[in-house]
Amino acid sequence: MPSRPPAALRRMGLPARLRSPAAGRPHGPWLRAWTLAAGLTALLVLAPVASLAVEALQGSGGLWPHLLAHVLPPSLVETGLLLAGVGAVVVVVGTGAAWLVAAYEFPGRRLLDWALLLPLAVPTYIGAYAYLDLLHPVGPVQSAVRALLGYARPRDLILPDLRSLPGCILLLGFVLYPYVYLPTRALFLMQSATLVEAGRSLGAGPGAVFLRVALPLARPAIALGASLALLEALNDIGAAEFLGVRTLTVSIYDTWVNRSDLAGAAGLALVMLAACLGLIAVERRARRGRGYAGAAQRPRRMSRTILAGPAALVALGAGLVPVALGFLAPASYLAVEAVRRLHVAGLSGAILSESLNTLLYAGLATLVATTLGLLVAAGPRLLGGRWRGMLLRCATFGYAIPGAILAIGLLPPLAALDGLLDGASRALTGLPLAAMGLGTGAALVYAYVVRFLAVTTGSSEAGLARVPRSLGDAARVLGRGPAGALAQVHLPLTWPAVLGGALLVFVDCVKELPATLILRPLNVETLATHLYGEAARGTYEDGAVAALLIVAVGLLPVALLLRVSTPKA
Amino acid sequence: MSLSRTALALLGLVALAAPARAESEVNLYTTREPGLIRPLLDAFTKASGVKVNTVFVDKGLAERVAAEGARSAADIVMTVDIGNLIELVDRDLAQPVRSPTLEAAIPASLRDPEGRWFALSTRARVAYADPDLRDLAGLTYEDLADPKWKGKVCLRSGQHPYNTALIAAYLVKHGEAKTEAWLRGLKDNLARKAGGGDRDVARDIVADLCDVGLGNSYYVGLMRSGRGGPEQKKWGEGIQVVLPTFQGGGTHVNVSGAVVAKSAPNRDNAVKLLEYLASDEAQGLYAKADYEYPVKPGVAVDPLLTALGPLKIDTTPLVEIARNRKAASLLVDKVGFDR
Repeated sequence: MPSRPPAALRRMGLPARLRSPAAGRPHGPWLRAWTLAAGLTALLVLAPVASLAVEALQGSGGLWPHLLAHVLPPSLVETGLLLAGVGAVVVVVGTGAAWLVAAYEFPGRRLLDWALLLPLAVPTYIGAYAYLDLLHPVGPVQSAVRALLGYARPRDLILPDLRSLPGCILLLGFVLYPYVYLPTRALFLMQSATLVEAGRSLGAGPGAVFLRVALPLARPAIALGASLALLEALNDIGAAEFLGVRTLTVSIYDTWVNRSDLAGAAGLALVMLAACLGLIAVERRARRGRGYAGAAQRPRRMSRTILAGPAALVALGAGLVPVALGFLAPASYLAVEAVRRLHVAGLSGAILSESLNTLLYAGLATLVATTLGLLVAAGPRLLGGRWRGMLLRCATFGYAIPGAILAIGLLPPLAALDGLLDGASRALTGLPLAAMGLGTGAALVYAYVVRFLAVTTGSSEAGLARVPRSLGDAARVLGRGPAGALAQVHLPLTWPAVLGGALLVFVDCVKELPATLILRPLNVETLATHLYGEAARGTYEDGAVAALLIVAVGLLPVALLLRVSTPKA
Repeated sequence: MSLSRTALALLGLVALAAPARAESEVNLYTTREPGLIRPLLDAFTKASGVKVNTVFVDKGLAERVAAEGARSAADIVMTVDIGNLIELVDRDLAQPVRSPTLEAAIPASLRDPEGRWFALSTRARVAYADPDLRDLAGLTYEDLADPKWKGKVCLRSGQHPYNTALIAAYLVKHGEAKTEAWLRGLKDNLARKAGGGDRDVARDIVADLCDVGLGNSYYVGLMRSGRGGPEQKKWGEGIQVVLPTFQGGGTHVNVSGAVVAKSAPNRDNAVKLLEYLASDEAQGLYAKADYEYPVKPGVAVDPLLTALGPLKIDTTPLVEIARNRKAASLLVDKVGFDR
């Protein structure tokens, strides 16, 4: 290796100490800065987990025999079946839809391309409310069926009830599949044509190309998307409770609220967290040692197979099914209800401030989570080292803890922080300091960041993984420091992934309910809490306007998501 | 950045973080849906000039107040279910209040002798039933476990506080063995998995999925008045409502109520608000706007509820019910009620 960079590189104007060509070798100040920032991030995430652990240890454990005998076995079985079912639905629907729009050309494909993302804007609990109304024996669908078939009373035609495990699986599956569709579609689009063509020239038909070339290459994207969808399903409380499915998360809530054992609930939540981390680790281990990076040159894109006639119709029809089930049906039901309500009651003046609050907190949280996520994800890539990877794993903790339990875990650290700041203020100025943590918007933003940091680190990591190492190394050889390489090489290549993660987090924050309920300041309502208030007194149709606004607020990011996840031709 | 600018920026942050404190206000933390109590609070502000700041928290209300500790902004904590009220007292989050006004307005059985909690309204756990059923007049809670109802009963989750309170009352009356047998019988009678809300019971009866179920009394008013929309009006009118009793006892009631928070920064206003909520005017609003039974004797009940017949309240002390809540919840697990 040369001891001095050539003149051409010196002209890049970097300070001498950053011009070290030792690619992959961390630089002191950068390392220290990164370590400090990433350490702080990890601390932020670990604080609620640690406080839950303290809570769990304080319990007598007296309830555990009861939980083991009567609560855990059935709820584990039910949770396992739910996750297996939802996992199958999201992978099949998400991957199938992604392949459909990436590999084929047919009339309506461009429409489907973005419409398939729409269910992202529908919170699962809203989907559950809407579907139960639609599909109930006295609801519009079954009433119409009876009228059509000439039956007089509901008892003359008994159809399966949505309030069941299969009902819950289908509902969650068709609302959550975009988590898989989004990254997988992006990956198929970036797929180099050469691999697909190699497959074809070796005699593989379209099916074999999909199964043996495209699918294995898309595995990181499918794994990322499916794990996000499954964690969403696992932590869902609204839809599961409403549909009578007793998941582990429902058991955790019941242990806390009804069995009056917060310690037991905290313990259960931590066990669940450990199980989630274990599963994620297993998946990662299975993928280890395989490279997924693309070629350094922009790959030639695979050409779409053009469909015509009946085949085109079938393709369009198949693609429309998930859109109709996951979005059109619940959203149009909400729209009808909202219009009805507006007719009767007019628009509540509070809805504007609720919308603004929603945008404000979701926006701030997205900004923070994206910055921290990129930072944490970039560390192992740019600086190397095993323990930096560990920090990366820490960031995902928040996503595997039910929202309300996470919020309860956040209470003690926030209170301690307030006490500390107040003490400092009294010592320095003699004046008491109003709470800066608990009961302020900061607490809410903090909760969102911890909850959704997994999404931004995940997408940043996935984006960085696609940048060939050779490019980063080249930048370092050419004298760029880690930050320079990040700014000039990695970021330009990964920003679509980073922005994609940011948009997902934004939508997630807008939909978030349990932590928002517990932590928000006095007199602050968001769209989600407004809707919950209406739902809690059973007049959730009165919340249809808020529900529709949540969906609408989610739509813009969803449209943007599609743009950023479509590689330029 | 200079020191003074840093200080200014910090001050700005503090201003952002801390809501401006008006002279006369009271902070209400509540698990009651804001839409239900807003008319009451607006009337209070109009009468007293005291501004009411609210935050509606569902699960986790007690935890939040506890974590905020001495720095909590909470003046009044308002919740439903006697178990939740007693929990606030047990966790030392409430302070005793002596108020002749409150003591005169609220019967002794509906408040703490030391003034740490006060019930503000009551609701009965009533039976919703298919209108074609006859002879339901003497229906008891015990009856619902009778095999004649096999496959005909709809209920929300056994873990919901409205049901755990009823089961806790059953425990107080009949002891653990009989309660367990009753729960098993009730479970065998379920037409569908326990779940959903009380109104789903009415809707499922209208849909012929079941014949009988339990729900709170105010939902009858909400549905039948049409305030929940035309769909719910159909459900409310598609059921008959009877007030079941315990054998040899009365109808199970639960309460909504409030405590004055231990570290209330605006204690006087908190007491003022409580006294207002127990006044004739506010109790009338509870009855009219929320279809609840007022706690104050002599305040009129809404006609939609008087139409259900006279309410004979079961005499099991509320505190006893609260004490048995956890045992009731564990029994629900044991018999696999929600499975």
